Amino acid sequence: MKTQPRGLLYLDIAAFAAVAFATYMVFGYAPVERVMGLVQKVFYFHVAAGWVGMLGYLAAVVAGVAYLVTRKHNWDLVGLGAIEIGLVFMLINIVTGSIWARPIWNTWWTWDPRLTTATIMELVYVAYLMLRGGLEDPERRARFGAVYAIIGFISVPLTFFSIRIYRTIHPLVIGGSDPTANGSFSMTPAMGQTFAVSLVAFSFLFAALLWHRIRLGQLAHQVEQQRMRLTQ
Amino acid sequence: MADAPVIEVARLVKRFGPKLVLRNLDFEVRAGEFVALLGPNGAGKTTLLRILSSLASPTLGHVRIAGHELPRQAAGVRRRLGVVSHLPLLYGDLTAHENLTFYGRMYALDGLDQRIDEVLAIVGLAARRRDLVRTFSRGMQQRLAIARAVLHDPDVLLLDEPHTGLDQDACEMLDTILRRVASEGRTVVMTSHDLSRIEDLATRFDVLTKGAIRASVQKSDVQRDGILRFYRQALESASGLNERQAA
Amino acid sequence: MNAYLRTLGAVVWKDLAAEWRSRELISSMGVFALLVIFIFNFALDLDPKTRSSVMSGVLWATFIFSGTLGLNRSMAIEKDRGCLDGLLLAPVDRTAIYFGKALANMIFILAIAAIVLPVCFILYGVNLFNPGLLLVILLGVEGYVAVGTLLAAMAVQTRTRDILLPILLFPVAIPVLVAAVKASSGFLAAIPMEEITPWLNLLLVFDVVFTAAAFMVFDYIVEE
Repeated sequence: MKTQPRGLLYLDIAAFAAVAFATYMVFGYAPVERVMGLVQKVFYFHVAAGWVGMLGYLAAVVAGVAYLVTRKHNWDLVGLGAIEIGLVFMLINIVTGSIWARPIWNTWWTWDPRLTTATIMELVYVAYLMLRGGLEDPERRARFGAVYAIIGFISVPLTFFSIRIYRTIHPLVIGGSDPTANGSFSMTPAMGQTFAVSLVAFSFLFAALLWHRIRLGQLAHQVEQQRMRLTQ
Repeated sequence: MADAPVIEVARLVKRFGPKLVLRNLDFEVRAGEFVALLGPNGAGKTTLLRILSSLASPTLGHVRIAGHELPRQAAGVRRRLGVVSHLPLLYGDLTAHENLTFYGRMYALDGLDQRIDEVLAIVGLAARRRDLVRTFSRGMQQRLAIARAVLHDPDVLLLDEPHTGLDQDACEMLDTILRRVASEGRTVVMTSHDLSRIEDLATRFDVLTKGAIRASVQKSDVQRDGILRFYRQALESASGLNERQAA
Repeated sequence: MNAYLRTLGAVVWKDLAAEWRSRELISSMGVFALLVIFIFNFALDLDPKTRSSVMSGVLWATFIFSGTLGLNRSMAIEKDRGCLDGLLLAPVDRTAIYFGKALANMIFILAIAAIVLPVCFILYGVNLFNPGLLLVILLGVEGYVAVGTLLAAMAVQTRTRDILLPILLFPVAIPVLVAAVKASSGFLAAIPMEEITPWLNLLLVFDVVFTAAAFMVFDYIVEE
């Protein structure tokens, strides 16, 4: 398991190409939106990053359940990698959301359900890593991680709905034009295509990064085992 | 059938992450034996006991206690095990009587009050039944811990360094109690550092070092005060084994 | 079933009896709760006009913070004297241990609520003896404790034990907080029932989902 497997190399190339192509489409192909202007282009990356953040969660839950059932170490690596990658992309989602919000609604933050839920998910991600950080035994780390990933995953839809209901009953206090419209705009076909391409490109990116991360974890595990063997 | 060992451990491996604690350990105990498990710190004695008591599960290998396969049939065997560890497993804010009542309920015992009286008498704590456990000395807590361990009349007793932190008098009191409960036909496995105490109590001595049982001897085959020599020899040949393996 | 309930009852009885003796949890939670109310009083500058609208927020923040103390301590007691092993050695269904602990925790937090409500009444004159409010407190505390007991069982086994529980619990408990606060203020302001029902429903869903989830995963947390 020393050299990079062929499949991963192809995936790397595919991911790089897809992201490059998506970037070209965002800046070269998709039209500039009439009302919001250039800043609207953040939208493609914003949603794609959020999508990867969700993917990370989903992968972590699946890996968590799989680990609890099979007790195979690799599933734990999948879960950990998914959370780490999801955390970074969710952060990108939140920050780009903020960048988008500023010129549109004259505010860095809106308490709208999606953004708020994304931030809470981010906090759960961080909590997951802190939980693992406080444990010595790798088996317990994997087990607790799996359980918390499941609990966190269950809480996300509940969180989203609670804030959604909260917002429909309460008017928005922060100033600016109606944010519940969520900066909506109608997509031309070119925009729709660009949107789809960015989603796909980021998915490739997620898969490539996850695979790399899993390999990293496996190599680290091997190093640890060698070290143990030498000291005993 | 009556001859089947009460405890059967074969090729037991226990790993904590990359750390291998028990390696291909074989261990067998017949009914009524009192096995003293000796070994240096970190040898894996506590880990073995935790696996036998169903608190931990094996990484690989085969463990059978009182006819139950662990970890699959762990729930079924708990009724037959009594465990004393170096932590008291008692609630300081409850009285001795209340602690035993709680555990009695957890073990679904009938005639609880009478049974509690019996075990309190065995361990000599009948007079302190209404006192809070946090006012007990360490020796008294260990005695109450034994009472708790035998409350449900288990077939197998597992003790992990029960003499830890006890003074001379307390140790002697503990030994009297251990002799009494062992004589009632139970199978006992006890780990200990204190070789002098163990000589009188056990019927068999096993040495666990570097993750496996390296030596075993019946009490009848060893002279008085010969345990220390046996133990030293076992450790030496075990480390010699390592050197030969490395070479 | 009988044995299950008996185990559950034994665990609850044990926690209540020990607490009755030491009064450690109730006193620390209670004092902390009162301090939190005072801090909110000055931090939010609760003048009579804004009081009733933020009252439910203050109440729930108090329950959540002091609840964390209780959840932590209740598990730490088991872990420190090795008592958790004692529980796990018993021939009982381990989920019965979970439910017993959760039920005891719930009783403790409700006991704190029984102290906090009259205190708030005295301090702020807001009438809190409202059956709707009491229902919300019951539902909200159940959900919070269901998840909290589970996470406390994990947190107590880590190095960073005390600080970790709030970090694990708060993000996941946000739906309870939101729903409980909205429902509470709804009942206090006597707004029409149709507006409160979605919140009650959310609380119920949370309670059911998380209690079931905890029931399913608890075994994985206490094994070794």
